Amino acid sequence: MSTATTECMIRLYEERHQLEDYQSGVPRWCSGCGDNAILAAVQRLCRDEQLRPEKTVFVSGIGCSSRFPHYMKTYGFHGIHGRALPIAEGVRMARPDLHVFVNTGDGDCCSIGAAHWIHALRYNMNITVFLHDNQIYGLTKMQASPTSPKGLKSNTTPHGAYLDALNPLTVTLGVQNVSFVAQTVDWIPEIVYDVVKAAFHHKGLSFVRIVQRCPEWLPTLLEPWLHDPLKVKLLHHEAGLAISPSLAKVYKNQERHDPADLDRARAVASSIDPIPVGILYRNPDVPCYEDLRGFGELRSTARIRAGLEAEFDKFTVWPQGSQGTPGHAT
Amino acid sequence: MTEITLAKPVARQPRQGRATPGKKAAVTLKEHVVEIISDSGEGAQRCGQALGAIAARMGNGVWTVEIIPAEIRPPARSVAGASGNRIRLGTRQVTNGGDETDLVVAFNEQVLLGRVRAGELKPGCIILLESMWRDDADPKVADSYTETYERLVASGYNVYEVPMERECRAVAVDARRGKNMFALGMLCSIYSLELQLAREQIALTFGKKAAAVVKTNVTLLDAGYAWAEGNLDFKYSIPAVQASEPQIVVNGNTALALGVLASGMEICAMYPITPATSASHYLSDVFEKVGGVVHQAEDEIAACAFAIGASYASKCTVTITSGPGYSLKQEAIGLAVMAEIPLVVVNVQRGGPSTGQPTKAEQGDLFTAMFGSHGDAPKVVLAAATIEDCFYSIITARRIAETFNMVVVVLSDANLATSQTPFPRPQFSDAWVAPPIDQSPIPPGAKPYDWDEQTGLARRFIPGQANGMHTVTGLAHDRLSHVAYDSESNEQGLRARSLKLAALARTLTAPPLFGADEGDLLIIGWGSTKGTIEEAVERARAEGAKVASMHLRFLQPLPPGIKEAMSRFRKVMTIEGNWSDRPEEELIDETNRRYSALAMLLRARYLVDVDCWSQVRGAPIKPATLCQVIRDKIATLGQPR
Repeated sequence: MSTATTECMIRLYEERHQLEDYQSGVPRWCSGCGDNAILAAVQRLCRDEQLRPEKTVFVSGIGCSSRFPHYMKTYGFHGIHGRALPIAEGVRMARPDLHVFVNTGDGDCCSIGAAHWIHALRYNMNITVFLHDNQIYGLTKMQASPTSPKGLKSNTTPHGAYLDALNPLTVTLGVQNVSFVAQTVDWIPEIVYDVVKAAFHHKGLSFVRIVQRCPEWLPTLLEPWLHDPLKVKLLHHEAGLAISPSLAKVYKNQERHDPADLDRARAVASSIDPIPVGILYRNPDVPCYEDLRGFGELRSTARIRAGLEAEFDKFTVWPQGSQGTPGHAT
Repeated sequence: MTEITLAKPVARQPRQGRATPGKKAAVTLKEHVVEIISDSGEGAQRCGQALGAIAARMGNGVWTVEIIPAEIRPPARSVAGASGNRIRLGTRQVTNGGDETDLVVAFNEQVLLGRVRAGELKPGCIILLESMWRDDADPKVADSYTETYERLVASGYNVYEVPMERECRAVAVDARRGKNMFALGMLCSIYSLELQLAREQIALTFGKKAAAVVKTNVTLLDAGYAWAEGNLDFKYSIPAVQASEPQIVVNGNTALALGVLASGMEICAMYPITPATSASHYLSDVFEKVGGVVHQAEDEIAACAFAIGASYASKCTVTITSGPGYSLKQEAIGLAVMAEIPLVVVNVQRGGPSTGQPTKAEQGDLFTAMFGSHGDAPKVVLAAATIEDCFYSIITARRIAETFNMVVVVLSDANLATSQTPFPRPQFSDAWVAPPIDQSPIPPGAKPYDWDEQTGLARRFIPGQANGMHTVTGLAHDRLSHVAYDSESNEQGLRARSLKLAALARTLTAPPLFGADEGDLLIIGWGSTKGTIEEAVERARAEGAKVASMHLRFLQPLPPGIKEAMSRFRKVMTIEGNWSDRPEEELIDETNRRYSALAMLLRARYLVDVDCWSQVRGAPIKPATLCQVIRDKIATLGQPR
């Protein structure tokens, strides 16, 4: 008896995953890139939640952010531009037992893959989505993205971007079946982690926008927000994030916001200055598409055969005078 | 009124003589082509399908084709609005829609005109025409009817006016809706089909509804039968060969969906597109009963990406589409090729390019299927040749996809999609069904792309397998699935993915020759033209032509034995339903002629001067047309040296 218990304890000990169990290679992001902050928070989440690496899948599209899965020692799917969400939906539908994450950028999600973004929210499958929003196309070398601010000079807008930036939060909060929306900024690691953790624990599609710096192409764009803590508004609530005393000392611009309040969430979301940080909306009662489809029941060969024969029966022409009757196929 | 395009007048048959019941001698026929056409919603489709089923139960060969208007609700009594069925009945097995129509039942003269103008009616064919319009309250309608009637008669058609509505009203309340069963009764009388079988068929068709509905329809059927017995002066009999085995009667799209069920695949992701969608309609209805899911995605790209995601994490999946949707999926298909994720993509081809002819048949997507996506993206391409093939092709495709970790494209077309013919009820095999996915731990040191030197094959690691963690990528990668920009790794990957086709080719067998092993002319075809080509070859051979045919189900890789077979004929030509430049055009010569796809492929592959003949008229090629093509081609060959 005692031996067995010991063995069990040894096994538990052995299976305890350390941070390095989720780390793969040296990220090739620029020094100071916000992607590094997201990676650190997510690896910590995996360790803290003890996610089994073989049961965890990170799916991404194309862009700087989408290199993310390569730096995780889990399963990963580095897909094609804009299509991370439908790929992840397929993974989720086929495998209810896996943890599914998506890393997507502002070009990937809000431009080329925008249709999938809208519909992913509506499907509300149990997937945690990180929108790495640096407001620029980085990998293709500095073109304006849908979230680039108006007037931004880029290689495709040398005289300044013509249009107002798209606000991913208000778009997201306008879609039917939206169930979890949060925002963070890459330079407050504590909030990045708390938001990532809350998103992971939500059942449904958790949409997290991370406002992040691009030191290569837009080194000064977010400087005013970095230097003035009042330009960041922390959202807190018993049902949302709790703010630590040390953080509260620095970030004095705060709002008590109930994540159940969709109308207020929409109002909060529309502000760019100050930038709201925290959980904007959460509704645990929105059904998940994969549950509605009731997929994942046991499929034995016998069951497939029975279903098929029943269908054949509907279409069978029995030879005249034969004794064959529906349901009695040979 | 627009002018009717009419065939040469032929001698008119007497048609007014009232028959004496029971005294008509049935003329024995080898085959007949029948059409039932109406405005949409009048039930001609159901009548045609029932006729096909009854004849099949009698043991006749049957091929039915839907006649579908391009619009959902075309105006009543419009030339473009013909909706119905074309049924070819034969003594032997029928493999295609045949030539022009011999007998047509029309519920109004306008839908009939549509068929006349399309050249679908045989000169002098029998027309049973609803006569109620002659006395219509609207003088325009009455005039149109009378004028059309007279022109048809003058053009030599053998027109019988039938007061269908009046006769139906005598036995049923809603005469307009029950007319189709009256027509069915007439046709049972005309073709000497057993009335009892027809009654059973009605019970089967309307079985879910109230007994009263069945009873009304049987009454109408009986009335139609009695009317034809008493009023028509002709009767036919098409001797049947009794089938000993149960047959199933479905169209090609339903057969595809049944194939998905049988293959053990679990997920189908799709987006609505004609003519593929009816496969997904049917599948949506039945898939869940065996634990499957049809996911209607937000667009074609998402459907393909969803299928790839599901395949990556579990069993092979399928996405079903038609031409334009297939184009949209191309980038995602390239990803599946690069990452070596098994995937079955069905393309039910339609007329193209662009929106083209959504409801019409064409074989225009062969090259897109083979060479689509960008870069070198080798995938397997199968083409279903028959409706039965639609079923088995999916099972085969799933097995190949999972064995070789490849994309398998299955081509069908609008002709197979909407036609029906009986085929032997499949005998279930456990081997059809995909095995459960491997979740055993990966041995230490194993690599996710450990390409075999000879075959290019590598074991697929599936999420959930311990020690198998890696990130698949559409970027060039090495055996560890690490992004690799070096030339060596890139070439290794390309080589391995290409070799898999060669490995598959080694498992294929030479396609059989139909007609003869050698001779003057070898016809090579692919896809839905098989039945038509073989019938034309048979007819031409009966006239003494030394012609044979070969039909390809595997287009990529090609099976062995083709070049050797071609060498035994003086000339080789393909017959295809896609565009080829006509050699007689002033600007076209040997150096610039655009050949049909298969011809181009065979020329490139085997360095043989393969000719082609093709037709892109939106309708299936007729055997008589092909027979003439064969005669003409052989005539150009001259005497053997």
